[in-house]
Formats: sequence, structure tokens, C-alpha cells
Amino acid sequence: MAIEDDVLVVGGGLAGATAALAAAERDVRVRLVSHKESTLRHASGLIDVLGYTPAGEGPLADPFPALADLPEGHPYERVGAEAVRDALAFFDEIAGEAYAGAHTDANALVPTHGGTVKPTARYPTATAAGLASDDRDALLVGFATLPDFEAPLAAAHLEAAGVPFDARGVTVRFPGIERDDAKVTRYAHLLDRDEPVETAAGESTARAALAETVRSRLEGESRVGFPAILGDDSADAVRADLADRLGVDVFEVPMGPPSLPGLRLEDLLFDALSDAGVRVTTGVPVVDYETGADGAGSSGPERIDRVTVDRNGSEIPHTADQYILATGGLVGKGVQSDRERVSEPVFDCHVPHPADRYDWFVDDVFGDQPYARFGLPVDRDLRPLDADDALEFANLRAAGAVLGGYDFAAEKSGSGVSLATGYVAGRRAAEGCR
Amino acid sequence: MARDTEVLVLGGGSTGCGIARDLATRGLEVTLVERGTLTDGTTGRMHGLLHSGGRYAVSDQASATECIEENETLREIAGHCVEETGGLFVQRPEDSDDYFREKLEGCRDCGIPARVLSGREAREIEPYLAEDVERAIEVPDGAVDPFRLCVANAIDAEAHGARIETHAEVIDLLREGDDVYGVEVRHGAGPGKRSDAAAGTTEEITAEYVVNATGAWAGQIGAMADLEIEVRPSKGVMTIMNVRQVDTVINRCRPKGDADIIVPHETTAILGTTDEEVADPDDYPEEQWEVEAMIDTLSELVPILAESRTIRSFWGVRPLYEPPGTGTQDPTDITRDFFLLDHADRDGVAGMSSIVGGKFTTYRAMAEEIADHVCAKLGVTASCSTADEPLPGSENLARLEAGMDDFGLRSPVARRSKQRLGSRASEVLATDEPNPVICQCEGVTRAEVRDAIEGSGADLNAVRIRTRASMGNCQGGFCCQNMAHELHPEYDEATVRAALDELVAERWKGQRHALWGEQLSQAMLNYALHATTMNRDRDPASASGDVEFAAFDDGVAREARGDD
Repeated sequence: MAIEDDVLVVGGGLAGATAALAAAERDVRVRLVSHKESTLRHASGLIDVLGYTPAGEGPLADPFPALADLPEGHPYERVGAEAVRDALAFFDEIAGEAYAGAHTDANALVPTHGGTVKPTARYPTATAAGLASDDRDALLVGFATLPDFEAPLAAAHLEAAGVPFDARGVTVRFPGIERDDAKVTRYAHLLDRDEPVETAAGESTARAALAETVRSRLEGESRVGFPAILGDDSADAVRADLADRLGVDVFEVPMGPPSLPGLRLEDLLFDALSDAGVRVTTGVPVVDYETGADGAGSSGPERIDRVTVDRNGSEIPHTADQYILATGGLVGKGVQSDRERVSEPVFDCHVPHPADRYDWFVDDVFGDQPYARFGLPVDRDLRPLDADDALEFANLRAAGAVLGGYDFAAEKSGSGVSLATGYVAGRRAAEGCR
Repeated sequence: MARDTEVLVLGGGSTGCGIARDLATRGLEVTLVERGTLTDGTTGRMHGLLHSGGRYAVSDQASATECIEENETLREIAGHCVEETGGLFVQRPEDSDDYFREKLEGCRDCGIPARVLSGREAREIEPYLAEDVERAIEVPDGAVDPFRLCVANAIDAEAHGARIETHAEVIDLLREGDDVYGVEVRHGAGPGKRSDAAAGTTEEITAEYVVNATGAWAGQIGAMADLEIEVRPSKGVMTIMNVRQVDTVINRCRPKGDADIIVPHETTAILGTTDEEVADPDDYPEEQWEVEAMIDTLSELVPILAESRTIRSFWGVRPLYEPPGTGTQDPTDITRDFFLLDHADRDGVAGMSSIVGGKFTTYRAMAEEIADHVCAKLGVTASCSTADEPLPGSENLARLEAGMDDFGLRSPVARRSKQRLGSRASEVLATDEPNPVICQCEGVTRAEVRDAIEGSGADLNAVRIRTRASMGNCQGGFCCQNMAHELHPEYDEATVRAALDELVAERWKGQRHALWGEQLSQAMLNYALHATTMNRDRDPASASGDVEFAAFDDGVAREARGDD
């Protein structure tokens, strides 16, 4: 006896979750299975659509005109520009007040923890007061125990990037952090719970003490930026409380892994999955699949009949009418390699790559890297294609970073591709159910 | 005419720094110039084997004897740079019994402690050795950190008044008639510690005596004064694994061949190597077959290597030399002995000697012989003390052991810091400021990075070799940025950005030879972090042209103006 659904999504990142949510809008039964922690914990939480063209032009003030000029095979070219807009609207509805940027087609330039700015289409509300096109002067605050963000250096870097405001940075001790190597979640929870902390002036609470530490450093700036550790479950309340105490706008600068904005986005998506009635099983790898005898006598592509997931050592079959592969790229291990070849480990779909491993890269670290484009080629319905451009399976679609033909890191297009292809794959899968 | 310095040493590798230390501690006035950072040439590009002499016990017993003597000396004077791993020469079924016996007898002839182990006994020491390994000879090989050892020599030379000038490339030898009296250097544009000389400027440094310790580059230096020095640079690959599959140095017990040694080094294991003569020590092919050979051949000794993760490969160039007319064809047959070439005797040109050939393990003995020679030339009678005086970091390990708990460093960070810093740990780590970990893979803290910056300036590759920060699994993806942060505010933003770009480029160079499996995934993650999250690939601060900020979403400001 197999577990039966209409649509089975393999992968629990932004693309998989979006696909499951889009499918669940229709009257079908949807399940999502994921194996590893999603890569959202590595991600900044920004929703980039297209910051630079594949030729490197940019930063693009408006990503949409450039979508029409992308090369054949690029995931956006596969789904079309309208689908990108529809997917963003779908995301805006799910994210609600947590994200901003929907009021305009224009990209925003967001300060990064490395000190420069990057273009993005949607950004967490926590980041909104920090945009680089906002000409109000900004104070950046870093913490002596958090070496990932060096606020005075980031401020100098922003000015070198030409931002239209004065930026200044200070480094302070974070009240209540005793250990030199506390995790970022420790900072966030101190503020979430507003825990009591000892200060030089006596007993205080985390938020009051932090505001007090920063207040004396303000020199007339009307906004203050912190590394993205301002709360986890109660981030909005923490930010509002700090802003209130300081009398200025407060914003977060997105950080590298582990990234609280990425984890908050993951929470938001999984809450939405739960609300939409999607059945979610995490920690289970897909270890096998079978094709069916269905479609008797036809010479068309095979159909996937069932997949087997490994749950704590026992093999559990799942069947569905339509399948969506959203297992990620090289980082998420949806694309794998060894010394000889590059492959897709779940369904062994075709991954085009040069035969010689030394053609997988170029010598300039930020050059036009072939490995960054590794992934599956798909038709306009997002169904994976084999080496002869024929369908791998009739009822499998792929979404997100498992797709090939684009360099999300250079283009700043990762989240947008995951949203657009996840949305389209989910919709088409639901529509295709018999 | 008054000279700028008594002795001018060319080359900041182990030999040059060893000579500078030796002469400075004898009371001579010494200046050392190095074209890049210390260890940039061959020293920083070797497998880190502290020879017992076993490798040469059949083919070159003079070298073998010298190796075991220096091996014992370095354990004394540089304990904090040496890990006493021990070594095994292992025999597979196809390897010759005669050679095994010759190796054992050779070790005994040269005074190298050697003991025969059965295959089973060898596998008890190293469980991943192949099942069919028949037997092994145990010798006192070790692992040595060439970066720390070389830098410790330079630090001690400086402490005795020497001037150590990095990023100063020799562009001419100053020669008048039959006398060499100094060099002209060009100060480099890269970040790093140097005198007040501005980048791009040149400087003449005159000296009573010049020592050419540039190894594989010695021929290029000699040519500047029309002196022919027949170095025969020979390249070799080293492939780094992400963990230590072995804790003992593993040598293949056969006469010679590529891919016959595994050296456990810090958290990694290093596979070596190849031996191919090259024309230009700065420009030679780094080839895929060399990497494949390391993995394929050495997995005959340690089978799990075939399935393990490599994090990068790098190449070094041996400074081989043989006297004119020897005519050896195969570089593996060229002697590993060193040669002191006094150009007065050899070429009729006074004021300079060159030191060529040799190997890292015997750098101190080489330096002593050169220093004796220089002293004789200059009429100085002071004697050598480098075999007895510990290097900075190794003076008082007992005090170090006792005092480590005071620094609030948690194990294993504390253990790693202590190993790297030796007896300097208390001085470096004593801080009232927060001391977070900067490099998670290698457990390097802020205090250690800042100490290295104090010694090497804004050159993050020099900080890397002093601390090992950015040399672990992530190859700097997660910590390069944080290392750069520590340069500020002492160095301005533009300098920090340039130093970071240099470090990232250097880290990428070696990873290119390890791009499959886990390490390709790691490379993609690093790329995503630097390009997607930080936009370092298209940073408007570095790109040409200005960004039109007003054309982009200004978010809250727009709302405040009531535009929506």
C-alpha cells in the first residue's frame, strides 16, 4: 500500500514550497517531502528577480524589460515574463506585511553585510528603512563579538559605492552577550524575550540596554542599521521597540549563514503550507522510483508511478499523479558530481556538462563559471529533457535551482527563478492531474 | 664607500630566512628582500614532511644522515612547528623485497631509528592501510609547518636587528667590474608590510656581501650580473584532503615514483607528488593528470582516498641543481644535496655567493654553512648558535601548557591556537577585548589574526600562512570576509577591499583542482555567498561607472513623502 496524493513535491526550499502552495490552490491533494535542511538558512531572505543581465549589465533599475531578452533555455525564458509577475503577486499575498517592494517594478538596492549594495525586487520589512536610494543619513551598529559585520568598514564601503547619504559605523558590546562565540540565535532570543541583562548602570532588559548603548552614539542620523539578529519569533516587536526607544527608524542588514531572515522566510512558507493543507514530511530522502505500465501501448515518455522515501531506515512508497522535483542545485545537492560526471540523483535526469572536468570552471573566480549553470534543461512546461531533447518523464516537472542554464549568483536571480518556476510547476501539475 | 647593510640576503624562503637569522644572531647587520610574502616560493609549496632521512637512505646516504641530524635539532628548537607523527615505509605485494631490505639497512647505516612491522601491526597503527600491505618500516618522520617555521626565523632575525623587506623584487644586481655590491629593488603594489617606500618606487640597497638564496629563481638573479647558475626547476603537485585519513606519514617503499607519500598536516592530509622539470618556475602547466595520479596511485596504499573529499591542489617548484656537465636526464635522479657557489671562485666575480639545491628539512644546516662562509669573507669570527637557541614560540612550552586555560579559549580552539603559537600564545592571546573565532574550520581567533596583521601588514595571504585561517574545508568562503574586517580601521576601506580580492583569488586558484563532489558544492555555496548575498562580483564600489541611485526603489522614504 502506497501513500497516495495528486501532486508530490520533492524538496522543501523556496521553489518546492511555492510549487506546493500553487498546486494546493486547486482542488488537489498535495504532499511535500524534503530530505536535508533547506538552503534558505544560507540565504539572505531577499527576493531577487534580476539584478544584472547575463552579460553583466546592471544593476538593473527595472528587471522586467530585461526578462524579454534572456537567452533560450533560461528558466525565465521558459516560463515567460508574465509568469514572473504572477509568481511575485502570489508571493506578495503569502508574505503579507513581512515583505515590501510590491509598490513598484523598480529594484531596490539593499546594503549587504560586506558593505556594498545589491539589487533586489522584494525585501523583508525589517530591511525597508535601510535602502540605499533613501537619502537619509544612516548609522550602522556592529557588535564586537560578531565578526561577520564590521560596521565602520561597511559604512566606508557604502560611501565608496556612491550612496546618496552619509554613512557612519560604530562597534559596541551587545548587552547580555557574555560569550565570544554566541550563536546569532542567542542574540535574537535575548531580544525576543527581552531578557534581563547586567549593564554598568545596573540591571536592565536586553532591548532597553541595547537602545541605551546605541543612543549615545547617534549624531543626528534618522535611521540605524544592525546586523540581521533583531529577534526571531518577535522580530517586528523588537524592531518597533528599538525604534521607539531611539526615536529613529531601525533596519537590518542581511547577513551570511546562518541567516535569520532566511530562517524567518522558511517559517513563513511552512506556516503557509500548513494553512493550505499541504502534507509535509521532512527528513526523508527519496531513494528510488518506479515507472508505470500506464499509457499502455504508447511510445511516448514514461510516467513515474511511485517513489520510495526512506524514513528512518524503512522504505515507504508514495504515489502521485504528478511529481515536482525541487531539490536545489549544487548547494542543495539536487545536482551532484564526482570526478567523472555531473548528475541528478533522484531521477537521474540529464544534466548537460563538459566531458572534461577542467572545462567546468574558468580561472577567474568571478568569471563566467560553467559550473554555476549546471542543472536540468526543461521544456516550456518545465518538464526535464534528456540528451535528445525528449521528455524524461511525462509527469515530472522541475523548479528552482535544480534547473540549469542560468547563473543565479551573477544575475541575482535565484529567488525569482525559484518563485516563478515553482509557481508555474505547481499550477501545471495541478492542472495536469487526471 | 659606506654600504647600507653588511649582508644582503635575496629570498624570503626557509633558506633565506634561516641565513638572516643565523647572521643576525651572530651580530651582523642583515637586510633580506623578498619579491612577494615570506614563503611565497618553494617553502610555502611543499608537503610539510620533516624528513627522517628514510627517503634517501638507499640513494643518497649523506643527505639521509644530515636529515636525521636536523630532524632531531628542529624538534628541539622549533617544537611548536613540528608534529611528531612518525612515518611508515609500506610494502605492497608487488614491491621488491630486496629494496625493502636495502631501505632497512640504509636507515641503520645512517643512524635513523628503524623498526620492521608486519602488515597487521602497521594496520593497527593506521587502520585505513590497504589489506594487502605486507609490512612496513617505522621511522621518525614528522610533519612540519613550513610557514610558521620560516616566519619564526624571520621574527628572530628582526629581533636581532635585521631588516626584512617583503614585496621588494630584485630588478637588478649592482655590479661594478668584477664586484657585486648590492641590488636594485622595486617596491610592490600589493598590500603588505614594508618600509616607507611607496609602491612602484625603486631603491638601491648596497651591501658588503650579497647572498642569493632565491632557490629555483637563482638562475634569473644570476643572469642580472651575467652569471650562469644552472638550476633545474622541477615541479610537483600536492593534493590536500579535507580530513586526516592517516595520522602517520605514509611512504611507498619502492625506489622512486610519483604519488608515493601521504603527510598528515594539521586537520588535513597532503598527497604528493610528481617530479617534472619546467623551464620557468613562475609559469608552468598545472595538470589534471597529476591530481588524478595522486588519488589513483595513493589509494593503492590507503583505499578510502578514492572516495574522499579533496579541498584543493597546489604545485611547488624544487630548486634542483647539478654541477655543469653532470647531464642527468630525469629530474628524479638529480641530487637533493645543496651547493654553495662562491662566484669569486667560480666566475671571478666577488661579493656574492649563491645557494642552490637542498631541501627544507636541512635548511638550518645549509644556513649555517653559508653564514660561516659569509663570516669568513667579512673577517667575522662569531660562531653559530641556531642549533641550540629555540625559535620564537618554542622557548618555554611548559609555561605555555600551564597557562593556556587563562585565555578563555575553548578546546579545540585553545588546543589549535596553542599548537600554532607555541610559547608565544600567552603574549598573543592575552586580551581584555572580545576574542571571537574568525575562521571556524581552523579555529583561529581574532587575537591571532590581529597578531599576524601586526607582523605582516595588510597582506591577507601573509596572515593566512601565519594562522591557517581560510585553509580549511570552506577554503575561505565563510571567513575571508571576516579576516578582511580585522584590517579595519588600521587600513582604509580601499586597501581592505584589495587585500580581500587578493585572498579570494588565491584561495580559488588551488580549489580549481578539487572541483567535484562536496568541494564543487562548497565552491557553489562560496560563490553564492560572495556574489548573491554580498554582491562582491559586481560591487559598485569597484565597478566603473556610477549607479543612478534615484532610479531605484527608495522604500520607506517614498512612503514618508506620501508618494504611494
